[in-house]
Amino acid sequence: MREELLAIVERNSRIDLKELAVILGVEEVDVVNELAALESEGIICGYHTMINWEKTSIEKVSALIEVRVTPQRGQGFDSIAERIYKYPEVTSVYLISGGYDLLVSLEGKSLKEISSFVSDKLSTLDSVLSTATHFILKKYKDHGTTMAKKYEDTREKVTP
Amino acid sequence: MRNLLSEKTVSLKPSGIRKFFDIVSEMDDAISLGVGEPDFDTPWHIRDEGIYSLEKGRTFYTSNAGLKELKEEISLYTKRKQGVTYDPANEVLVTVGGSEAIDIGLRAVVNPGDEVLIPQPSFVSYEPCAIMAGAVPVIIELKAENEFRLTAQELEEAITDKTKILVLPFPNNPTGAIMERSDLEAIAEVIRKHDILVMSDEIYAELTYKEKHISIIEIEGMRERTILINGFSKAYAMTGWRLGYACGPKEIIEQMLKLHQFAIMCAPTTSQYAAVEALRNGDEDVAEMRTAYNQRRRYLMHAFREMGLECFEPFGAFYVFPCIKEFGMTSEEFANRFLAEEKVAVVPGTAFGDCGEGYLRISYAYSLDNLKLAIGKLAHFVEKLRKERQE
Repeated sequence: MREELLAIVERNSRIDLKELAVILGVEEVDVVNELAALESEGIICGYHTMINWEKTSIEKVSALIEVRVTPQRGQGFDSIAERIYKYPEVTSVYLISGGYDLLVSLEGKSLKEISSFVSDKLSTLDSVLSTATHFILKKYKDHGTTMAKKYEDTREKVTP
Repeated sequence: MRNLLSEKTVSLKPSGIRKFFDIVSEMDDAISLGVGEPDFDTPWHIRDEGIYSLEKGRTFYTSNAGLKELKEEISLYTKRKQGVTYDPANEVLVTVGGSEAIDIGLRAVVNPGDEVLIPQPSFVSYEPCAIMAGAVPVIIELKAENEFRLTAQELEEAITDKTKILVLPFPNNPTGAIMERSDLEAIAEVIRKHDILVMSDEIYAELTYKEKHISIIEIEGMRERTILINGFSKAYAMTGWRLGYACGPKEIIEQMLKLHQFAIMCAPTTSQYAAVEALRNGDEDVAEMRTAYNQRRRYLMHAFREMGLECFEPFGAFYVFPCIKEFGMTSEEFANRFLAEEKVAVVPGTAFGDCGEGYLRISYAYSLDNLKLAIGKLAHFVEKLRKERQE
């Protein structure tokens, strides 16, 4: 049940517990226990909401920043990654294989806010060698969800 | 004026679904649970292969029996799933949907007056295809108390010395019934004893929710007397691509190929390229869709229990077949009133044979949100009918 449960809540964390039990074919108490276990094991790390900020009047700017760093002796990339992810404006940090080391995504109120974060905070860190900032112009799909189009049922209404 | 039409064709009853469709399509705001095809889009990588084949200019006929790669993949598929091998060179035929395979399969084996056994409720085309092939359809009425499975006794009682072939429609549309290994073994004994053929329509083979689907070709002595029909519509959500196939003994496939060749030439080329991709890399998509269907199936069974509506638990396809006999009206009356009063379309069981009387086919090829909305209306309607009956 674990895998199926995770697949469901990953897409819809607001699903009713009773309904969850019905569609999984188990008792509600089992769902509750399993969710609790997943949370305490740190497998479920949060229940967030996906928001298409573009449709609101609230200004948000996001960017992806490629960061090249010097790994530190004994710590590899972990300690520099931690220094970066502690900034609240940083929404994710990934260690990446390939041409650079860390991919940092950032959310700010304006272009200026992001560029000042990069120039003042990020690039001045000792182990940061270089950065390349890519501003996000439009989100088409995020977390497996398409932002642009809505599902439309184009099937015939009754078929054999 | 001279009678210009074929008497036999004129004598065919139009599909019961058609009539209902005309009513539903007049209503703009009706919610439908009447669809016999997946709600998922064809997985993108499969569509992409179709597009790619067009870009490369693969726009010609394929050989009559189908693309070699596709026939080979089909052969590997039956080996992987059923442990039964067909020679791609002469035991596999790619058709325009499973529907074509049903038609030419029957025409390839029956002689005038031969009897074709058709268990019902079942898909709408077996009976007319049997008639057009010159055969006499003999209906076996499946029963709710057997979970709409075909029993050895029912089969035995229907067989005469004119019986040529049994149509075996499982997992079943409209009931959702499946046949498990022991069920198949029981009927196989009767089939062998009377030396008849089988046309096993396994278009819903990938959609079972108990154990993995068992095909009759896995049962001893059955492969050599069975026309296996399958296709891409239900498993890979590819209904509009119109692609199916038949596997069977080469003597039969050879005859089917002639009919196919003269009537169809070959199945659509683009679809065949897409289908190769489906068989090579589609297992995960199928598993994902199966999981989603199963969740909806559980939801519906639970909802029926809550509203006290009688329904055996189906383990196949994407249909449930609840019983509405308690309301004292025919399936058609129920469906018409439900549509008029709650604006929800379900298909009367009688569209799939007279013995579907007293039942409805409800499709769960819809999102859970959609189902919830419609089932809420069903609960309301059922409540209303029960009150009416008390008064």
